[in-house]
Amino acid sequence: MSTFSVVSRRRFLQLTGLTASGLVLGAVAPRNLALAGILDEAQGSQLNVFVSVATDGTVEIIAHRSEMGTGIRTGLPQVVADEMEADWQQVKVIQAHADSRYGSQNTDGSRSVRDFYHIMRQMGAAARTLLEQAAAATWQVPVEECTARNHAVHHSSGRSLGFGALAAKAAELPLPALESLRLKDTANFRYIGKDVPIVDLRDMTTGKATYGIDVHVPEMLYASIERTPWLQGRIVSYDSAAALEVKGVLDVVELKAVDGAPGFNPIEGVAVLATNNHSALKGRAALKVRWRESDHSSHNAEAYLDELVARVEGGAGEVARQRGDVDAALASAASVVEATYRTPYLAHASMEPPVATARVTDERCEIWACTQTPQATQQAVAKTLELDVSAVTVHVTLLGGGFGRKAKPDFSVEAARLAAHVGKPVQVVWSREDDIRHDYFHACSAQHFKGALDEDGNVTAWLGRQAAPPIESTFDRSVRINGANWLSQSFASVPFAVPNLRVESHEAPAHVRIGWLRSVYNIPYAFGVGSFVDELAHAAGRDPAEFWLELIGEDRLLDFKDEGFEYSNYGRSITEYPFATARTKGVIRELVASIPWGEKLPQGQGWGLSVANSFLSNVAVASKVDVRDGRLRVLELHGVIDAGRVINPDRVHAQMEGGMIFGLSLALNGEITFAGGEAQQSNFHDYPIARMDQVPAVIRSHIVSSETAPTGVGEPPTPPTAPAIANAVFAATGKRIRELPLSKHFDV
Amino acid sequence: MKLTINGKLRELDAEPDMPLLWALRDLLGLRGTKYGCGKGLCGACTVHLDGQPRRSCQLTVADVASGKVTTIEGLSADGSHPLQQAWREFNVPQCGYCQSGQLMSASALLASNSNPSDEEISSAMAGNLCRCGTYPRIRSAIKSTFTDAAASATGGTGEGAA
Repeated sequence: MSTFSVVSRRRFLQLTGLTASGLVLGAVAPRNLALAGILDEAQGSQLNVFVSVATDGTVEIIAHRSEMGTGIRTGLPQVVADEMEADWQQVKVIQAHADSRYGSQNTDGSRSVRDFYHIMRQMGAAARTLLEQAAAATWQVPVEECTARNHAVHHSSGRSLGFGALAAKAAELPLPALESLRLKDTANFRYIGKDVPIVDLRDMTTGKATYGIDVHVPEMLYASIERTPWLQGRIVSYDSAAALEVKGVLDVVELKAVDGAPGFNPIEGVAVLATNNHSALKGRAALKVRWRESDHSSHNAEAYLDELVARVEGGAGEVARQRGDVDAALASAASVVEATYRTPYLAHASMEPPVATARVTDERCEIWACTQTPQATQQAVAKTLELDVSAVTVHVTLLGGGFGRKAKPDFSVEAARLAAHVGKPVQVVWSREDDIRHDYFHACSAQHFKGALDEDGNVTAWLGRQAAPPIESTFDRSVRINGANWLSQSFASVPFAVPNLRVESHEAPAHVRIGWLRSVYNIPYAFGVGSFVDELAHAAGRDPAEFWLELIGEDRLLDFKDEGFEYSNYGRSITEYPFATARTKGVIRELVASIPWGEKLPQGQGWGLSVANSFLSNVAVASKVDVRDGRLRVLELHGVIDAGRVINPDRVHAQMEGGMIFGLSLALNGEITFAGGEAQQSNFHDYPIARMDQVPAVIRSHIVSSETAPTGVGEPPTPPTAPAIANAVFAATGKRIRELPLSKHFDV
Repeated sequence: MKLTINGKLRELDAEPDMPLLWALRDLLGLRGTKYGCGKGLCGACTVHLDGQPRRSCQLTVADVASGKVTTIEGLSADGSHPLQQAWREFNVPQCGYCQSGQLMSASALLASNSNPSDEEISSAMAGNLCRCGTYPRIRSAIKSTFTDAAASATGGTGEGAA
């Protein structure tokens, strides 16, 4: 879910040692991936790197992105099938191993469809073209007279041949040049834009789906690892005698950390290896480990947030964006509104914890993992075992949730090191406690805002100041401040037509591993911004929806260049994917039109809304809440998304429902605290995630109809949800919530 | 040690304190039952013990020695349990990981109460966590098995209303 501006992305790649994979597709795509050992299952004749066709007509389409619940393993093959005129009933989706020839497999940043929609159409069109050429050659007719339609190629004379019959010949033809490909007219789409059920639906409802934790390799041992409780802790000593006496325990192995920034390296720990999970966990409980303190073993989240608050309230930070003269406007305002917001650390808590299995043999390593980043896993494992990247095969399983956690390959590195050490396959299973205590935590934040209002309630100045530990600190300890890249996630990128505007950033040195969680810094920033706009609206005595529309102002394309702000635009060119205020306003208007906004409600109930532009999409969310006797119930959630063209509307609705519930969950319950450098939460009793009885009875989503280029879907529904709920709480009670989670203030 | 699982007597070599969850997964290869928390907090490992929904991470193999255990693999022979069908009709799963446990809890609910109210559904399902947020569709899918009204509430084309 990390998306980087061009400059900082390169910097990030340097820091992590990852390489940006160039796309090698189409005309230069290699064939015979099955023969080359790149695929397990492919049987058919390879037409290009993503498509092969078997003689029985089965079309095999590669899913090269990871399936963690978005439906991408269905969505992109759906595009290929449509463009090549394959019959979906005869399509078999095959999960790719890690291989740079597919281009990026880093399933993160809500960009699978954005980055691959067009390429998948090209792959489908290339396959279709070869099949048409094969038919033309068979019939000795001009290819222009041959048309692929519904799994067969038809000639104008009425003759036809099925894809299976053409496969072998098609595979021998030279690949067509990309620029020669003719894409289908969008009016003829058969699957794009349709609700195709996900390919794993049956397996997921019968217990047959294979996740990382379900991998079984003969002679495999299970490993459970006791890790240092604080960042950069080290083992002083450990006693493994009692652990080794537990039946089923075979070995106890020390895992040393590398010095320097945490990166994707394993945390220092002691691993217990056993014949089953129960023995591994029991043996681990019997370990006695003494840990050396570090610079971070006194970290206290409460005190740290107090410091960040003091910083953002205390004075000017590094200026990230500036327009007009904010100080003068504040000084001459009819009234000034100011507020400070605090948001906590968060943990990912995917239902399946991180799990990886490794087998190391004869200068080769095989990994099976629920990973969002197959190629980064391959590179990290190769590095730790001092192998060539080509000697590492990464099999990608289904992911039982990812949300950014499984973009870090640390758990595969652990498995590889242990498997190499014991000479047997090893599966490292993170317990829930491991997952929550040793996460790559989502950053906490302090945000301070000032707004100037004139006599008529118009906003004449906006000041935003933030402090949050930066993700880069995980890779480079010297980075202490969020720059333009992260401020592009709803903080400095506010689309407001205010004459005077300044955005500042303060230092926040990290004391824990900071990672990225579904929608990343949009989570805290959209909460701060979305809440403060609502505060201004109420101070101005205006309807919040109308106020948002006025604040955003006239239709225009934003690029922020005149204001000293290097907007990331999520790594995409601003001309190709413009930031259009009309679309941000559009989702607000559609939202308000779809709900009884402004209705008279009983005492203790209220509506609130918010909007965020993230991952190049716009989402507006409204919430209706009921608060009485200190008990908060969210009664309704409504969302509108404009994500350009959608491939599978049902999955977009599913992401809207799930993304809003994810936002609701962290707004109601989400908080990780630290004391003595240790995370204070460990499982779902003290890090609760939303339960069915906390989820509103009414959840509706609406997709703005659009034919523009596809943009993000997986993350954008989350950011506006927390502020929509907090704004509804204000409407219901008059109580302004400036600190999350809501469970600090209400019984939820 | 012998256990009755999905109608079959299965023999296994386990310490008596081994949680049923790990016996099913690591010793018997029945991996449809998922680990989520190990503390009875998330419901991912739900199985039926003599028809009752139970967290298999909180039962030892000794606890179930005289009972009948049903796992997701035994919910139906061919995935045709009405709830499994409803789950597919409503496209419930996202990542899918928690769905075995969701289905086991829901099937136990319907076995004891063929027409549960919304509150009874929420209460029976509140111990089954889903991080993807498939709850609205789970609710609709459960209700569709005993009402016609709910069947049109979601899924298919057009507006998403779960």
